[in-house]
Amino acid sequence: MSLDIDNLNNSMIDILKELGNIGSGNAATALATMIEKRVDMKVPQVKILEFKDVSNVLGGEETPVVGIYFEMTGELVGNIMFVLNLESAKNLTNIIFNREDDDLSFTEMDMSALSEIGNILASSYINSLSIMTGLKLKVSVPALSIDMAGAILSVPAIQFGYIADNVLFSETQFEEGNNQVKGNLFLIPDINSFEKMLNSFGVC
Amino acid sequence: MEIVKIGMADLNVVKSPGILTTLGLGSCVGIALYDKNSNVAGLAHIMLPSSKEIKNNSNTAKFADTGIELLLKKMLALGANKRSIVAKIAGGAQMFSFNSTNNILKVGERNVKATKEKLKELNIPILAEDTGGNYGRTIELNSEDGSLLIKTIGHGIKTI
Repeated sequence: MSLDIDNLNNSMIDILKELGNIGSGNAATALATMIEKRVDMKVPQVKILEFKDVSNVLGGEETPVVGIYFEMTGELVGNIMFVLNLESAKNLTNIIFNREDDDLSFTEMDMSALSEIGNILASSYINSLSIMTGLKLKVSVPALSIDMAGAILSVPAIQFGYIADNVLFSETQFEEGNNQVKGNLFLIPDINSFEKMLNSFGVC
Repeated sequence: MEIVKIGMADLNVVKSPGILTTLGLGSCVGIALYDKNSNVAGLAHIMLPSSKEIKNNSNTAKFADTGIELLLKKMLALGANKRSIVAKIAGGAQMFSFNSTNNILKVGERNVKATKEKLKELNIPILAEDTGGNYGRTIELNSEDGSLLIKTIGHGIKTI
């Protein structure tokens, strides 16, 4: 293994930040188009965390969250996961269905809408990743789960577990009016794909 | 009572009184070992089945095989007797389901299998288990009686 995920240099992290920035930017545009509202986005953060600290990102291991998960195939292989806290997920469905609803339970319709939003975000993210790297990429249909943050985040953490002792992810925050939607996007390429990805920018 | 929290790819032991807990187990497996004679309890939160599958295996608590060995070693150091140690296991869920044969998503199942194989190899009997499904679990091992409390979101609370 020539690439060490636990010790990435600054130029590698910059590339990942920029990928996150452009990918999320396109995702935000797609979301704005879908809900026909202005969506603002904060500069994405790239974070590298130890396993034990991962679930704190979303307010503790037992905090219920919504996870929307995708498989990425093609010239890069890996996964993409979009994680939202329940308030953000509710705000998103409220925007889509044009209603005010504070109840943090989700109907089949809500979950279907969230999967679809996840689908659009992941597709636009992967699309920009594909354009920037010049690699052909495909994305699977979404799979959705609402459960404890620790359990949901164990999925990307385990995948990083194969290649490292840390988890690397980008956090992106979207905003629409007063409805704050805070989402975390995890891009999890497998180790060979990670190297290939950085290679396409000449930094590995 | 003292509560010791165990993170992902982590493990710890305690001599009664005390509670060992790990929160939000998904595809990971929580391995609770207990010796009722010495009241020594140990809990591991493993992420992957085998340290032999991958090169990056410096953290022994990350894997079922090396994690259980380390946990046992720590319990023995605290005065446990290997012949009276019993096990309870929980976790190994599949959080997301796809219609594919992707191995990555079946890691929960493989974690449970590897855990059972390792326990069998060490002659540690499994008294009870709560594994599989598609939901997360929080577990608490009580070192006074070896009971394992399992909490979930929407799938109830139980003690095994």
